[in-house]
This record gives sequence, C-alpha cells and structure tokens, in this order.
Amino acid sequence: MANDTKFRNRQFKSVGTRPPRPDGLDKVTGQAKYGADTFAPGQLIGLVLRSPHAHAEIKRIDTSKAEKLNGVKAVITSKDLPDLTNGDRDLYDTLENCMARDRALYDGHAVAAVAAIDAPTARKALKLIRVTYKLLPHVTDVDEAMKPNAPLVQPRVYTRGVSPKPKSPSNVAKVSEFGHGDVEAGFKAADVVVEKSYKTEQAHQGYIEPHACLASVGPDGHGELWVTTQGHFIYRNTCAALLGMEVAKLKVTSSEIGGGFGGKTHVWMEPIALALSRKANRPVKLEMTRDEVFRSTGPTSSTSIDVKIGVKKNGKITAASAHLRYQGGAFPGNWALLGAMTAYACYDLKNVKTVGYDVLVNRPKVAAYRAPSAPMAAFAIESTINEVAAEIGMDPVDFRIKNAAKEGTKSSYGPTYGPIGIGPTLAAVKKHPHMRAKLGKNQGRGMACGFWFNFGGETCTDLNIGVDGTVTLTVGTIDVGGARASLSLIAAEELGIPYESVKCNITDTGSLGHNDMTDGSRGTFSSGMSTIFAARNAIEELCQRAADTWEIPVKDVVWDDGKATAKGKKHKKLKPLSLDELAGGSPNTGGPIAGHSQIVADGAGVSFASHICDIEVDPETSATKVVRYTVVQDAGKAIHPDYVEGQFQGGAAQGIGWALNEEYIYDDSGRLQNPGFLDYRVPVCSDLPFIDTQILEIPNPNHPYGIRGVGETSIVPPLAAIGNALSDVAGVRMTHVPMSPPRIRKAIKENQA
Amino acid sequence: MKYQTPSTTKEAAVLIKRERGKAFVLAGGTDLMVRMKIGLTEPDLVVDIKHIPAMQSIKKSATGFRIGAAVSAAEMGENAPLKKAWPGVVESANLIGSDQIQNRCTVAGNLCNASPAADAVPALIAAGAKANVVGPQRRRTVSVEKVITGPGTTSLAKGEVVEAITLPKRPPKSGDAYLRFIPRSEMDIAVVGVGVSLTLGNNSVIKSARVALGAVAPTPLLVSAAGKAIVGTKLDKAALNKLAEACSAACNPIDDKRGTVEFRTEVAGVLAQRAAKIAYKRAGGK
Amino acid sequence: MAGTLVSTKINGDQTEFVCQAGETLLEVLRNRLGLTGSKEGCGTGDCGACSVTLDGRLVCSCLVLGVEAQGRKVNTIEGLADGDALHPLQSNFIKHAALQCGICTPGFLIASKALLDRNPNPTDEEIRFALAGNLCRCTGYDKIVRAVKATAKDLRKR
Repeated sequence: MANDTKFRNRQFKSVGTRPPRPDGLDKVTGQAKYGADTFAPGQLIGLVLRSPHAHAEIKRIDTSKAEKLNGVKAVITSKDLPDLTNGDRDLYDTLENCMARDRALYDGHAVAAVAAIDAPTARKALKLIRVTYKLLPHVTDVDEAMKPNAPLVQPRVYTRGVSPKPKSPSNVAKVSEFGHGDVEAGFKAADVVVEKSYKTEQAHQGYIEPHACLASVGPDGHGELWVTTQGHFIYRNTCAALLGMEVAKLKVTSSEIGGGFGGKTHVWMEPIALALSRKANRPVKLEMTRDEVFRSTGPTSSTSIDVKIGVKKNGKITAASAHLRYQGGAFPGNWALLGAMTAYACYDLKNVKTVGYDVLVNRPKVAAYRAPSAPMAAFAIESTINEVAAEIGMDPVDFRIKNAAKEGTKSSYGPTYGPIGIGPTLAAVKKHPHMRAKLGKNQGRGMACGFWFNFGGETCTDLNIGVDGTVTLTVGTIDVGGARASLSLIAAEELGIPYESVKCNITDTGSLGHNDMTDGSRGTFSSGMSTIFAARNAIEELCQRAADTWEIPVKDVVWDDGKATAKGKKHKKLKPLSLDELAGGSPNTGGPIAGHSQIVADGAGVSFASHICDIEVDPETSATKVVRYTVVQDAGKAIHPDYVEGQFQGGAAQGIGWALNEEYIYDDSGRLQNPGFLDYRVPVCSDLPFIDTQILEIPNPNHPYGIRGVGETSIVPPLAAIGNALSDVAGVRMTHVPMSPPRIRKAIKENQA
Repeated sequence: MKYQTPSTTKEAAVLIKRERGKAFVLAGGTDLMVRMKIGLTEPDLVVDIKHIPAMQSIKKSATGFRIGAAVSAAEMGENAPLKKAWPGVVESANLIGSDQIQNRCTVAGNLCNASPAADAVPALIAAGAKANVVGPQRRRTVSVEKVITGPGTTSLAKGEVVEAITLPKRPPKSGDAYLRFIPRSEMDIAVVGVGVSLTLGNNSVIKSARVALGAVAPTPLLVSAAGKAIVGTKLDKAALNKLAEACSAACNPIDDKRGTVEFRTEVAGVLAQRAAKIAYKRAGGK
Repeated sequence: MAGTLVSTKINGDQTEFVCQAGETLLEVLRNRLGLTGSKEGCGTGDCGACSVTLDGRLVCSCLVLGVEAQGRKVNTIEGLADGDALHPLQSNFIKHAALQCGICTPGFLIASKALLDRNPNPTDEEIRFALAGNLCRCTGYDKIVRAVKATAKDLRKR
C-alpha cells in the first residue's frame, strides 16, 4: 500500500549515513541567499516607526512632513491596512500587531512606516512623522496583570474557558485544564507533599538573521514576496488576507533562513512591506534591525508557576498538580495551555491536574520558541521532582524511573502513549559514564527530563525523474538545519539510488500545494513521510513503464535496489531495468516520470530526552560555568545522525543560555532595556563545553521509517538540569530563571542566614 | 556627515574646535559606530586619527611607556616589553570585547568614551597613567583618573584630543593586575572591574599600592583607602580583609540590567583581593 | 551630499566605489558591491556575522566606515576559496556538520582563518575564546570547534 504510514523495520542503505549536505557549498562560500541578500531594480528602502511607550492611546499621526520629504515614495499608517479580517479574531490580532490601530500596546509596537529611495532618507522621514500619544498605565508582569486593578490591555478580550461566561473584559485571556483522576484524594494519600513556586523571565529565540523581505505589488493585484520564513505558504495566506489580495496572485519565495526556532512562523513586518510597495508602486526592501527584532517580534512567555507533588515513601507519586501563568504579550495565545499540556508528560500519574492561565501584558506578541511553553513548565516540575526525591531520600534518576510514563500510560494531557523513549533515556542516563565521572572542586551535577510532541500537518511533495535518471525532489517545508540532506536520503532510500543522484529544492508558493510551516519538529517528519509516498508513487509509475516495455502485467514487476525486476520463473529471461534506463526511455513510454504526494501527516511521535549537566560555581562570586553536558534523546530513526546531533546540541545550548543569563529586562516605564546582543546574553563559544549526545531509536509506529521529530525537545530539560546541578553544588533551590550570578549569590546568602 | 583624516594631532584638534556641529574623534570606532547605529550620536564631523604618526606607536623610553592614541588593544598585547612591565594594563585592554573589537579598539578611546565600566581604565588609574592632551593652542598632561567626570562625560574641552597615554617608569619588584566580573566568559561589559598596581620594598613588604575600581560608581574610582590598606603588609589575611572592606565601602553602584548594588559591592571586595594577590605574585612577592 | 570615491583592494581585486561618509564597510560590501556573504546580525559588533579582515586584521565590518577602506586590503568570505578549491576550513565545516542554518558561517570562517593564521596549533580553549566574538544560535558551537581543530591539524600536516 503506497501510503501506508505504519513503521516497518528494515535494513537501511542511505538513511542513517552522514553525507555532506547539498546546501553546504553555498553556505560556506557566502553564496547562499538569505532574506536581506536580494535586490530589485528601483527598490525602495522601508523603515518602521515604533512606539516608545508600553501602553498609549494614539491620538494623532501627522505624516505630512514625511510625505513631502524629497525621496520619500510612500508613508503608511493603519489607515492603509483596512480591516478585512471579517470577524476572524486571530487574524485581527495579527493585523493589529503588524501596525497599531488606536493604541500602542508595547514598547516597539509599529505605528507607521515609510518607503524611500535610500536608508538615510527613510530615517529622516521617520523623524518627521509626528505621533501624539496619550500615555496609559501599563503592566508587564504576568502576576501583576492578573490582579483585579491591573491596567486592562485589551478591552475586547473576555476570559475563555471559564463558566459562567464573564461580563467584563480581563487580562486573563484563557483558562485551560488538563489531567485525570482525583488530585485531592491523591494528596491526602501522600506521605510527603512538596509545594513550590517558580518564575521564569522572557527569552527570545535569538536567531542571528533579523527578519527581512523584499516585497513587490503591482497595480494589477499581483505580488511577489521574497522573505526569510519558516512557512512561506502560511505567510502567503496571512499577507494575502490582510492586504485583500488573492492567494494565488501572491507568490512567496522563501530565502535561506538564518534561524527561526519558531520566531519566523508568524508575519511581523511583511504586510507592511507589501502595503508600502503597493502604495509606492515600487519594490520595497524591509530589514529589521536587531533592536527591532528584540522589541517587535515574538519572544517566548515569561511565567509564574506553582507546583504541588505528593508522594509515598516508596517513591510512587500519588498526585501532581500545577498552576501555570504565562503571558502572551498584548494578544491572546495558547501558551499556558501548552505548558499545562506538557508539564507532567514524562510521568505515569494516576491523579494529575494542570491549570493554565493565558495572560495579557504590555509586551510584544509572544510566538513559539522551540518546544514552546515546555521549558518553563519542565523547570518547575523537574526542580520539584528533585526536591521530592530528596525528601524521601531517593536517587533522582531512580525516582524518575519509578514514575516514568511508558507504553500504555494515559498521558497527563490526554492521549495514551505508544512505545516511547522516556524510560530508555533514563536508563541510558543511569549507566552513562557522565554520571560516574568525578566532580572537581566547586562543581555539582544535575539531571532533568523533557518532552515535546511533534506535529504532522499539511504537506505536499513532488518527485520528478530527469531523463538521465537523476531525481528532483520538490518540497514546501523550509530547511532550517539540514532537512534537504535528510529528505534526499529518504528519496534515495526508497528509490534505491545513490544520495548524490537526488537534488532537493524548496520551491515557492506558486509551484506546489500548501505546506504547513516548519515548526513543531515536523519538517523531516512530514516532508519525510510525503517524500516516501511521492517516491512510492513514482515507483508505481516506473513499474508500469517496465511492464509496458516488457509487455507483461504490472503485478509481475517489483522495484528493488533501484531496478524494476520481472518476478516469476516465466520472466526470468528479462533483465532488470534500472531507474536510469527507464528514465532514458521515458519519452517513448509515456513521457516524464514523476510521483506526487499531498497528505496531512498524522501519527507524529512524541520525543523524550534526559540531560545531565555539570556546573562549576565560584564560591565567592557565583560566576557559573557549564563544564560538561550530555543529551540523551529518542529520535525514532535518525535519518542523518550529524544533523540529529546538531539539533540536540543547539537546543541544549539555547536552554543553557536561558537557564543562566537570557532575560528581557523592562524598566518601570515598560521599556525594554536590553534589545541587543550585548545585554541579552546568549552563550558565546567560550561559555560552553563540548555537548555529548546519545541518540536512542525507539521507532515511531506511525511513520514508515519510525521517524520522530527531534528539533525541539532538547531545549526542554536544560533549565531544570542546571537548577538541579546548582542545588547539588550550592545547596540552594533556585526558583527564578535565569539563574544569573546575582540571583545565585542572593539565594546562597539567604540560605546561610 | 563629513570625514577627515588629518596627519597631525594639532590639525585634528583644530578641525574639531572649528566644527559648528557635533564633531567626534574616530579611532577604532567600536564605541562611536555603535552609538551611530543605535541613533544616540549623529556626528556632523568625524575626525579619523589613525593617520597621525604621533598616535601610531608604542614607545619605551627612560621615563616609561608612551602609547599612541591610535594604537589598538591587540597591538598592545603584541608588545612584549609593555606586557612585561605592565601585565595588568595590557590584560585589561585585551579584555575589551572580542578579537574583532581588539583589533580596532584603543585604550584612549575606552577612556574618552567615559563609561563607568570601561575595562582599560581601572588598571591605567592604578598604574598612575597620564593622558597627553593636545588642543588647538596648547598641550597639557592630566592624570587618567581626572579625565572621566561622569557617565559619558570627560574633563576635555571641545577641541582637545588625547594624543597618547603614558605610563611611568616601572620600579623593580612591581606588579599590576586587572580582574573583572562578567556573567558570561566573554563579550560582556564589566559588572565590576578592579585594577591593582603595587611595588614591593624589602622582604616582600608592599611599599606602595594603588587600587582602582570600575563599574561600581558613576566614574572609575581611585580608592586611596584600599591602597593604604595593603601598604606595609605582605598581603596577610587581615590586610586582604581591610582591602576588601575599603573597596566595598567606596562602591556607589546602581541596580541595572547588569548587576545589583549588593552584588557589585560584595564582588568588588572579592576581586580586589584576587587582583592584589596576582599583582603581588607578579612583583615577586612571596 | 556628494559621496566619496574610495579606492581599495577587495579579495585581491582593485576596486573602486562611491559612498557616503556615514556608510559602514558592511553596507558598502552588501549594497554597493553585491558582496552579500558578510551579514548584518546586529550592526553593533556583538555577533561577528559581518567579520572581514582589514589589512589582515579580523574586524567587524559594521564598525568600520566604508571610507576607511581607502588604500587598504579587505578580505571577505567571497575570497576565502581559491577559485573552485575550497579552503580546508570550508570543507571541514561541511564535513563536520559545523553549520545548520549557515547565517553565521561566513563570519566563523573568516574568524577561524584569522585564528589559524596567527596560531596554527590552538588549544580548545584558545579556539573558543578566539571565536567568542561570533555568535551561533543553531549548533551550540560543538561541531564548529571540532571543524576548526580538524583544520588546524590538516594545515599542520601540509
């Protein structure tokens, strides 16, 4: 059955090897073209004017002087982006976030934009725009925003998920609940109950490439957009909707992407570029500065989480609950909901309840950041797990093993697990040499677990066989870290041809059906599945051509090792026909040979990880350094092990940065104090050790190769792994992320007192 | 914006004095270019001093070292005699930013940018460094600790340009050191910076000492009490404690995105002790 | 305001361009000369994605004025390979999977070459500190350091 998704065990020839990636040459020579690397004749430079206030009414915008400046070709405000959202709440939120309508909702919120012949003119023009603001009270802290007298961020938002329906608007946009069993009874049955509260500060994905695009819209309503994005089809749909353009008439081409991690799954200034281009009737190039990326794109939530775990002396958890408060910026989101889903996913619990509160504050609109919402919840839960283990005198790894979810466990968020990797990763950690390595002076060790689901989604793939037998694989999912290599390996595997014969292209929106974005660890999973089906579709055609050539029934033809073979004694005189031969003969047997697949990839497998971390803490200054780090994670099937390792290491590094130093710092007036890489402190090369990785492969039963998405889970455990290591070395339980030296110092001194 | 490349210091001074608008010296550009990018500074005139011979070299003489204002931190680190005589001054200059920054930034620029957290300044103050200042009419010499008057402000008049930083002749049995606290391992602005320079007399007893702090007050500070605390000692525990106390007492820091008041105050004392020990060892103290 | 004519050598080729006094070398390379291999990640010298060498010295081109290139030698990522022969750093980066999205890769290659030019046998720590001015958000630096180490070894063998 061509489109059979069931995992079948097999000996792989191409999958699992480590060939060089096809886009490597362009990237090491500087030839690869990213969002800002293209130019159009007659292009204008676009710049955006942004509110310096956290919350303000926009009383008036006077653009007249800017419009008169020589060299300025278009100036726009929200007037140039009329509301075409037709009642679609999410789309209206996107519209309002792209450009403020009657109120500026955060420091950095766009209020106007210009397009001019060069950057200096555009900068002058911005300065000539006069905005009259009336300052409003603001709120930036998630707990403050939930208080009864907090300034109201969105008067149109009423809390969803509560009964009876509320009569007044609220900063609490949604309440969600997950779990099963009876936690009250469970806590009563416990021998020990531990309750703790935690806070995590806001972090940004920190991709090195700022958002950039080149937009061109003609008076005939046809447009083109070159843009760095994780989902060009999604960007097309959104931009077309906001600008009142027809989807098929807006062609979006994705550039190479310089990092996304979830932050490039939503539009930010692209509709503005299109609107400027339409007004000026010239191409407009818009690049965000680093300052704008921090202030005006989509960081992850800051949170406040309460955890309660009850346990019997024998180590069995009797009940577990959590209240998770996540801010989504000035617009509703499902961030706390995701946190509430993932919080206890690693464990087999009879009684569990998580409640999530999605809260509005005067901060930028939160976007996904690699396993969104899971790292914060994991920090809170995994830290508490260690506290509980300590209370009953049990080793933290053994405690987790005793309570780990397994096949057949009803997860805390609903579905029942198939075969999963949490047990195996814990077992691997237990016997890993890292756990037995001797610690040096002032060093401590911690471990933690993490989980992420993978999404499937709409995927479309074309596989075309050239007349020389080489294969063009056309996909619509963006390659964020080596996917073209993995997909080429999959195509090569299915067809039985060398990897080098396959060329994988990511095409524009005009050339393929809809593809969802690369997020939710779905890239290799979904496009991989779609590639397999497209290849099998092509193989059906190849077999038909062989059958026609031999004039035998097609049921007598099998495809094996790159060749069509006639099976059965009566056909034994027929020599097998290779793909090259069939391709060469295709003009005479029916024309080009191709395969196609369009699916909604389902059956995505969950991916678990356990991490081990050694840190060293200076006893007098609390300077903290990670000295050893190990990632053990289940990949289902590692198509290209180098890139799987790379995902493990990259996610761990981001988690480490978040755990130790990364945070958004707002002042009392609600202005972001550190919108740059100087004071938003991501790890530099000298901050990290080598990051060891161990790939486990527990096949996903719902994917032909057993693939699980791997890109996200590795950011989930580091916060707690480091928190647990700090507890080990400094004897303090850190409850506030990032665990920066002043906070560690303060915790140590309070502990000593 | 106008860009000029004068070939003498006096020319540079005159260009700046005459400019009606905003005029800035461009050495490495690692502060000026950043300020221009983020919109804090919009120069009408930029005077590039890197073509002025009097600013381009490091000279050792009987009276000490003269470091031209256009000499990069990387070049200072490649100068063996300078490193030998003033390891603290050189290591502080070499801590400013990445290799990319090091190949451009200058200690004169670091001084004149006048950040309270400037990495090169505490060690220069501790060393007793002076700045040779050239104006359109006259030249003068000023102690480095008198240059910075507040965050971003200096005692230089308009049109005055630093031509060189000089370090005094180094007596034997001298050593200096600079330590700073940063949250990562590189690339951060100092949360606390301490420069210590000392000279030993007989029996490894400290004969003279200067201690300077950075990032814990509106300007870098020369802390006389801290220097006094270790003079006449062999850096025993009591002396070290007095040193730390004197440093903490001199702190007048703020809570900001880089550190808290209590953290800076405490760590200033800790780093002063460590820097003093390193300087002592470098001086040959036992 | 009239621009300034600048005469310089870029990747060994004599080059002339006109730019405004306030333009950075990075802007000139990208917008006037079409050399988009050097990237703007931050514009303030914190990320190293714009790294080039100026008279053999590693610098952030976002912190150099275009006019400063007058009479000097600029080397960018576009000049690292020798025709179609990749520099060993480039081939090792591919071989060791030292890139994922690749946006930081040109900067790392230029910075790594600057390191190996002055220190052919760096320790792991020396590599890490020499590359501290280049940010990577994808790899965690592990495979980058390995690629540089391997290249140092390869180059010493020659």
